[in-house]
Amino acid sequence: MLQQLGQLPMGWLLIALIAVFGSAAFFLGRTRAERLLETSIGRMHSRPNYHGYYVAMCTVVPVLLIAVAYAIFADDLTRSQLTRELPSSFDRLSAPELQSYLDSVRMAAGTAASSGADRVFQAITNRYLELRGFVNAATLVLLGALAAIGIFWSQSRLRPDFRARALVENGMQLVLFLCAGVAIATTAGIVFSLLYESLLFFQKVSAWDFLTGTRWNAQTNAEFGALPLFFGTFMIALIAMLVAAPIGLFSAIFLSEYASPKARGWIKPVLEILAGIPTVVYGFFALLVVAPAVRQLAIWINELIIQVGLSSEPVLAAQPTSALAAGLVMGIMVIPFVSSLSDDVINAVPQTLRDAAYALGATKSETVKQVVVPAALPGIIAALLLAVSRAIGETMIVVMAAGKSARISMDPTSDLTTITVQIVSLMTGETGFDDPKTLSAFALGLVLFAVTLAFNVVALRVVKKYREKYD
Amino acid sequence: MDTSQGMSPVVDNNLTLPPIADAAAAPRIDCRNIKVFYGETQAIHDVSMSFPDRAVTALIGPSGCGKSTFLRCLNRMNDTIENCRVEGQILMDGENINDADVDPVLLRSRVGMVFQKPNPFPKSIYDNIAYGPRIHGLANGREDLDAIVEKSLRRAGLWDEVKDRLMAPGTGLSGGQQQRLCIARAIAVQPEVILMDEPCSALDPIATARIEELIDELRNRYCIVIVTHSMQQAARVSQRTAFFHLGNLVELGDTSQIFTNPREKRTEDYITGRFG
Ligand SMILES: Nc1ncnc2c1ncn2[C@@H]1O[C@H](COP(=O)(O)OP(=O)(O)OP(=O)(O)O)[C@@H](O)[C@H]1O
Ligand SMILES: [Mg+2]
Repeated sequence: MLQQLGQLPMGWLLIALIAVFGSAAFFLGRTRAERLLETSIGRMHSRPNYHGYYVAMCTVVPVLLIAVAYAIFADDLTRSQLTRELPSSFDRLSAPELQSYLDSVRMAAGTAASSGADRVFQAITNRYLELRGFVNAATLVLLGALAAIGIFWSQSRLRPDFRARALVENGMQLVLFLCAGVAIATTAGIVFSLLYESLLFFQKVSAWDFLTGTRWNAQTNAEFGALPLFFGTFMIALIAMLVAAPIGLFSAIFLSEYASPKARGWIKPVLEILAGIPTVVYGFFALLVVAPAVRQLAIWINELIIQVGLSSEPVLAAQPTSALAAGLVMGIMVIPFVSSLSDDVINAVPQTLRDAAYALGATKSETVKQVVVPAALPGIIAALLLAVSRAIGETMIVVMAAGKSARISMDPTSDLTTITVQIVSLMTGETGFDDPKTLSAFALGLVLFAVTLAFNVVALRVVKKYREKYD
Repeated sequence: MDTSQGMSPVVDNNLTLPPIADAAAAPRIDCRNIKVFYGETQAIHDVSMSFPDRAVTALIGPSGCGKSTFLRCLNRMNDTIENCRVEGQILMDGENINDADVDPVLLRSRVGMVFQKPNPFPKSIYDNIAYGPRIHGLANGREDLDAIVEKSLRRAGLWDEVKDRLMAPGTGLSGGQQQRLCIARAIAVQPEVILMDEPCSALDPIATARIEELIDELRNRYCIVIVTHSMQQAARVSQRTAFFHLGNLVELGDTSQIFTNPREKRTEDYITGRFG
């Protein structure tokens, strides 16, 4: 009997019960309110539906809490009791081994027929089922009891002047607040862990050395001067912006000021497709197409310079992966960020300003250059800042096409490495969790987070100020 | 609506205009058979009228009757509207401004415009005024430009209020000041004609009175066309008044005659507030 209870599909059952209790409570509450409506003199404060919602709320919320608690604790509870009952022959198992043994027990318990296994395993599986069955039964009883209490208590509160509507409103607010809270709590948790691990790192390596050192050799836990990484990140972001800023801005101007509605109708979506291409696709485009082309070009320039006699040896590094290749492709990737946002702010410039310029005898390009763009400038700057922050945080393209050598070099055809590339290589492969090597990734992450956050905050503030101006 | 019947002889383009009160006024702009279409719908039906120089002509009529549309024909601002098409002749100095070889950009430097809502550029007061002279190369050097700015602001009656803060943003002025700034900006390119589309509708009575005063002074130099919803304003500032209804010019005459002794039933109904 308990064993069969242990095999109940509790997930589905709980969902079904919540639905059943919820709708039952709603109809009971509404019916009762309707009866009140008939017998009461004067008006009810809230319409019967709200009384129904109120009763449903009082019933479903506790039930939901039980269900959540079950989902979190049921398995752990069963396991810890089972572990206590295991024969002493299991004592020699290490903790991970025991866990994986229990995992297989749980698997076997889930599938009904588990014949063929040895007797001890069979017995333990049966015991697991029994224990689980007990937990399940207890949960269901508790759940039923709470639902019943919820229904009867909340129903007994219904009166003609009962403010069900206001209470339902508050309940809705609470739900929405909790959902927002989950997002905020997660963010806070991530930031906190980033800070915490970084602090651990800075206990081993001084923050000053980390921020200003020029030698990066983290794989051997030796040197943690992150300046070359900052430099590489900056260099590649700069190249990307040299590509994205003019192209993005000019296409935004074309779209909003020159393109016919028809042309705009298809060009804008196409530009937005650029934003939808997975970055890994950009990455291999950079690695397989752009990087070799950059290298060829560099070799050709080297030869030319030698032939002309300006130098006797190659000037450019002409490496197979290069900052230029990664930067160019990243620039293409962030074009839609620039163009789409700039297009929005340019469109937000009031038509009356354009009319004013035209009425003074300005040509179209004068109007755009001297009136529209200056008026939209704060928004355009914000768009550029957002694009920069996107370029700094971008990972896949640089991992594939920028290289891994931490160096400070002005030569765009040499390979450089970035913060994100290093984080990836530090976190993949064999790592101990409290090596300075692993911890340094958190410190890098913190720097990255701080920089992109700063860019975003500034950009959003600029946009907000700009919005206010034309409201 | 049938446009041929019930029209006053004044607007029949086969007849010459009767002399108006101000003898010095010769027609500055002469419109012949203007039709305006937005896509398929016709907004102006065969309107012919002329605008005397050194006088204010008011365009009145119920909302949507095509006053703004007609006004925008006079500096070809309708060109900037995607599906708008204008037919007919508009003669300025004997030249049809709708001809293909007329540059609308140059035309607009001769025909200035002031809009319903003050629309200063988000630049300094100085740069707002200097914008037009700069793009048309009207000033030789900084001093000349300073002089133009000062003269324009003085004519618009704004100089005393802003002379100490010419570099402050134009958008920081009050609504009435902004509108005078826009008028000064229009004057600065030395136009011959000034078009005003409900220039006071966003302003309070005191600012309105200032603008009206200003219009009265500007009348000595320019041909002014003003669209207004206020009968009192039309009566106060204009010498000639044209009443539009449903895209037709119903009646055109001296302002005093239109308001005291309208020839048309519809005009009378409108100015006495019986419809509109
Ligand atoms: N851009 C446009 N596209 C299509 N139709 C237009 C456009 N502008 C105006 N119209 C139409 O043309 C007619 C005349 O409009 P117009 O703006 O000239 O009227 P108005 O007399 O200035 O009105 P108001 O006193 O309300 O400003 C209206 O029926 C209007 O709907
Ligand atoms: Mg209008």
